[in-house]
Amino acid sequence: MSQSTATAITSPEKNEWDGGVSPMGVSYGKLMMWFFLLSDAFTFSGLLITYGLVRSSHHAYTGSPSDFIFSTEYWPIPEKVFDAVPFLHGVELPLVFVGFMTFVLIMSSVTMVLAVEAGHRMDRKAVEKWMLWTILGGLTFLSCQAWEWTHFIVGLESPTLVKDFVNGEWITKEVFGASLVINQYGPADFADFFFFITGFHGFHVFSGVLFNFLIYYNAVTGVYERRGHYEMVEKVGLYWHFVDLVWVFVFTFFYLV
Amino acid sequence: MEHHSHEPQVIVLPPNKEKIKKLWTVAGILGAITALEFIVAFNMEHGAMKTSIFVVMTIIKAAYIVGEFMHLKYESKVLLWSILIPLAFVIWMLVALVYEGMKIVRF
Repeated sequence: MSQSTATAITSPEKNEWDGGVSPMGVSYGKLMMWFFLLSDAFTFSGLLITYGLVRSSHHAYTGSPSDFIFSTEYWPIPEKVFDAVPFLHGVELPLVFVGFMTFVLIMSSVTMVLAVEAGHRMDRKAVEKWMLWTILGGLTFLSCQAWEWTHFIVGLESPTLVKDFVNGEWITKEVFGASLVINQYGPADFADFFFFITGFHGFHVFSGVLFNFLIYYNAVTGVYERRGHYEMVEKVGLYWHFVDLVWVFVFTFFYLV
Repeated sequence: MEHHSHEPQVIVLPPNKEKIKKLWTVAGILGAITALEFIVAFNMEHGAMKTSIFVVMTIIKAAYIVGEFMHLKYESKVLLWSILIPLAFVIWMLVALVYEGMKIVRF
């Protein structure tokens, strides 16, 4: 029953050229959501393209990956930085945790689209169920990110020797973890982009969880049942899929390449 | 007792099994591509070839998410192109700036 998103406004006085038909065959809200997402895609592109620019301007590590050590002289290999998993201290599991996070986000995208499908059928119970799963997926992702940030900021067991400009002279000091100014994994830009890109994405996930909760609340209280359609689930669903989409790109360009 | 007149009569339709099956298939494809990315990540030398494979896989995943989950494939063609054509600027800017970045001299 995808007609619940019917767009043609059938009014006898209004023909196609008087606003009688919704442009592009979608409702106003969905169209605006699409254009918002396009602009948001540009924002994320700006961040990722700048990452590409700055990364390609730094020296790349040229040795064998097995001999890799952290240094501010070259850009680090991401899988060497992100190889920790909660409760498995000291075990090297490159990209496993971030792989789990990707899986969680994709699954929550699936439960979201199942909520949309249930909305088309006016199945309130199913919408509630799938929205709850989606919210749970979002919260799980955020918790994982909180752990990953903490690990990144606190740092490793052993420090990296970093050259720093202090009181007018260059000194070499031991650095643990990361801040916006200095970090033990590589050039300062590396940590800055980590904080900005994953932070901006994480903030989108956080907002998404709030929107999803609002939708769940409205579904439970019967707002959409009284309205006669569940189009709001679709609109917030578009946003939620977009957040998943951005993560697909962040995962590739920040963690894999 | 009379029924509550302010509660609307709602007709709940049965689940669209075909559609739900298709959604899970898409989820499976997304999971499989991600698994493949992991295999490539740990079994290939770093280089232009590896990066190209990742880019292609990412675009395939993006196409499934936008086309199926976000339903764009089934919307009107005007909407589809209104979203896709502006993104050409992103590709241009990415290529231009990554190339320029390689020309920045660091000591």
